[in-house]
Amino acid sequence: MGSRSFLSRLREGDEIARLITLIFAAMVVLITLLLVYELWVNSTLARHKFGLSFFVTRVWDPVTDEYGALPFIYGTLVTSAVALFLAVPLGIGASIFLAELAPPRISDTLQFFIDLLAAVPSVIYGLLGIFIVVPLMRTVIYPALNKPLGFLPIFKGPSYGVGFLTAGIVLAIMVIPYIISVSREVLLSVPRDQREAALALGSTRWESTWKVVVPFAKTGIMGSIFLALARALGETMAVTMVIGNTPTISASLFSPGDSIASVIANQFTEATGDLYLQSLIGLGLVLFLLTFVINGLARLLIIVTTEKGSKVSN
Amino acid sequence: MPGPMRMSISKVNFYYGQKQILFDVSMGIADKRVTALIGPSGCGKSTLLRTLNRMHETVHSSRLEGEILLDQQNILAQDVTALRRRVGMVFQRPNPFPKSIFENVAYGPRVNGFKGSIGDIVEKSLRNAALWEEVKDHLHKSAYELSGGQQQRLCIARALAVDPEVLLLDEPCSALDPISTAKIEELLVDLKNLTTVAIVTHNMQQAARVSDFTAFLLTGQLIEFNPTPQLFTTPGDPRTEAYITGRFG
Amino acid sequence: MNARLRWRKLVSNFMLTMTGVCAFVCVSVLFLILGYLLFNGGTSVNWNFFTKLPAPVGEVGGGMANAIVGSAKLLLAASLFGVPVGFLGGIYLAEFSGTAVASVVRYAADLLNGVPSIVIGIFAYSLVVLPFKHFSTFAGAFALGLMMIPITLRSTEEFLGAVPRMLREGAMALGASKWKTISTVIVPAAYRGILTAILLALARVAGETAPLLFTAFGNRFWSNGWNNPTASLPVMIFTYAVSPYEDWHRQAWAAGLVLLGLILIINILARTILSRGIAVPRG
Repeated sequence: MGSRSFLSRLREGDEIARLITLIFAAMVVLITLLLVYELWVNSTLARHKFGLSFFVTRVWDPVTDEYGALPFIYGTLVTSAVALFLAVPLGIGASIFLAELAPPRISDTLQFFIDLLAAVPSVIYGLLGIFIVVPLMRTVIYPALNKPLGFLPIFKGPSYGVGFLTAGIVLAIMVIPYIISVSREVLLSVPRDQREAALALGSTRWESTWKVVVPFAKTGIMGSIFLALARALGETMAVTMVIGNTPTISASLFSPGDSIASVIANQFTEATGDLYLQSLIGLGLVLFLLTFVINGLARLLIIVTTEKGSKVSN
Repeated sequence: MPGPMRMSISKVNFYYGQKQILFDVSMGIADKRVTALIGPSGCGKSTLLRTLNRMHETVHSSRLEGEILLDQQNILAQDVTALRRRVGMVFQRPNPFPKSIFENVAYGPRVNGFKGSIGDIVEKSLRNAALWEEVKDHLHKSAYELSGGQQQRLCIARALAVDPEVLLLDEPCSALDPISTAKIEELLVDLKNLTTVAIVTHNMQQAARVSDFTAFLLTGQLIEFNPTPQLFTTPGDPRTEAYITGRFG
Repeated sequence: MNARLRWRKLVSNFMLTMTGVCAFVCVSVLFLILGYLLFNGGTSVNWNFFTKLPAPVGEVGGGMANAIVGSAKLLLAASLFGVPVGFLGGIYLAEFSGTAVASVVRYAADLLNGVPSIVIGIFAYSLVVLPFKHFSTFAGAFALGLMMIPITLRSTEEFLGAVPRMLREGAMALGASKWKTISTVIVPAAYRGILTAILLALARVAGETAPLLFTAFGNRFWSNGWNNPTASLPVMIFTYAVSPYEDWHRQAWAAGLVLLGLILIINILARTILSRGIAVPRG
């Protein structure tokens, strides 16, 4: 009958739409799986040759075809640690100001600028790193730290301007916006009467903020830190432009070094030989796993926070 | 008004931005008694309560005119942090800190630098809030594991721990079940011995049961302020009578 | 007021001021960046910059015309790949899928979003460069397109979901099929928000360098078609900045100013539209 075929045609149209959009949605999953697969498969040579000792070998020598990830893992971790050390207090401090002190319009405007900061590309940070931070390191920061504190292993030795500390400083600037955005939001969602209860007990504004509001938001703030860490671990261009690009493991923050992302960026197109290339890809796999875990933790923490907010109001 | 006044409110006008909430309110909070503020929703009773510990100042657009005295001294001229230690507050919904039961009660004394054993202060406050027996073996558990009624009593204990001269309660039972409510009402009568109490309630029967003096507010004006038995049996104003007989609100 | 209280208030005022200082420092970085770029690169953003090809290595002068065009080509091709996948996938999530499938797809998108861009570059290399044995615009566009997918997907899902029920139900009550409802009512209602989100995604990948290093690679000359390596603004900035040539540094600043300027303008526009709720459909 006329109406039945009309209906079934209708449904068919819907079916086709459903199928097509499903295919594209599935593509996203497939692409992600393919990515992991490709990383795994294309690092086979390196994995078979070095196994787990890849993680602890210091040597990275294309001439003798010996590759170890340790200097790069070290560099990645050290620069990220320096970055967090600088970014966390600044970021949390700023987010407290934006969430607790600034009137809403100013808070929103400042957050807008912070969001723009997050949009600045890595290579621009690198550009400023090379021409502003590196000279600054040589002329101001190094003397300021090395003269009085040069006996400490982390501040020992000469500085060439580039190095772990320089990279850490640039990274810190890059990840601060992530800490601020998430922490500000989490702090804003703390129920008003938590702060009021603290004030009603005779707390000063700082005491109510630091001893009640911030602890209430602490899980979300931790999440923002993990998010920042994940970004710092994977940052490539800015780091590679100021870290010095020498696979060194040194206690001194002034020493030049290398990170996983930056060695890949530098040596990938010059890698002669399969083992060389596959070792670099193996490094990429390591980086992927690292950021995968940290991102997962960050997500977990941020989810827990939003659930906590709804639980407490019972 | 019989008896000494712990606090006195004189010609208070209150504004949120351009909107006036309280109109020329004058009354007293009697020492070591329970004073209830009643009235329909939106009459300004909570707003009035919150001026007594200057909590209204957390909202930028608020403006207060008039005089509020604590022990004959104008609270608006004093340091607000010191004031709030002396005039405590319990809020409408239980709001314990994300800390243990012990730490919740200990927060006030710690932050104010109280000397002496914090443990003793915590125990005394929990006893005064009729919560000690229920939590004494679980002091280090999270406050969120308590029931709603217990959390509210914890908040009362927390407020008592700083030894306030006046305790303000803003509809403390409105989020609670009848049994918890009854427990807290019993508690309020006992609290008179420790401190002066001012309570906002939308439950007239509660006001009648618990308080010594009652103030009836309507659209920001103080209509009547009298000893409770008098206000409820022979109200002086027809609007009070209309309210307590349920004709509106 | 006793001494202890005075101290506590002092500490309070100090710490709160410090948080203000933190906020000020963080925000001022943005203006410092812009300032330095303007100061160092402002005068070099000239006609030559936009129209000339790079000069031979070591020689002064030349421009970045090929890099600008290269970036434009890369972004165009990236959008042609990434936007449909994200958009249609987002429609599936918002309109057709059950919660189990939706969570898996969302999780995959979030995962993809968190992958460091250099690893995306490795992936694109292994998929598009290795088999064909040469760098290409195509490979670079693939890498950038991949990065656009998660943002497009999530925003599409979000904005479609924000369309008021009344709009949907009104259409279906008139007998429109699901697809008709989606294409003629829901998507038009949400398209402004989705478009703005796509612009933001574009702005993000426009500045990406790492994934291009071994896909599109680079080119001192014009790149013909899509199968050849191509210069791009971000890679030029990188190459010139790390070089020992003063003149190249000057050009890197100029390129940085142009690139950041474009990205910031798109961001400001897009975010203003989104925050004003112009993009949010009203029921």
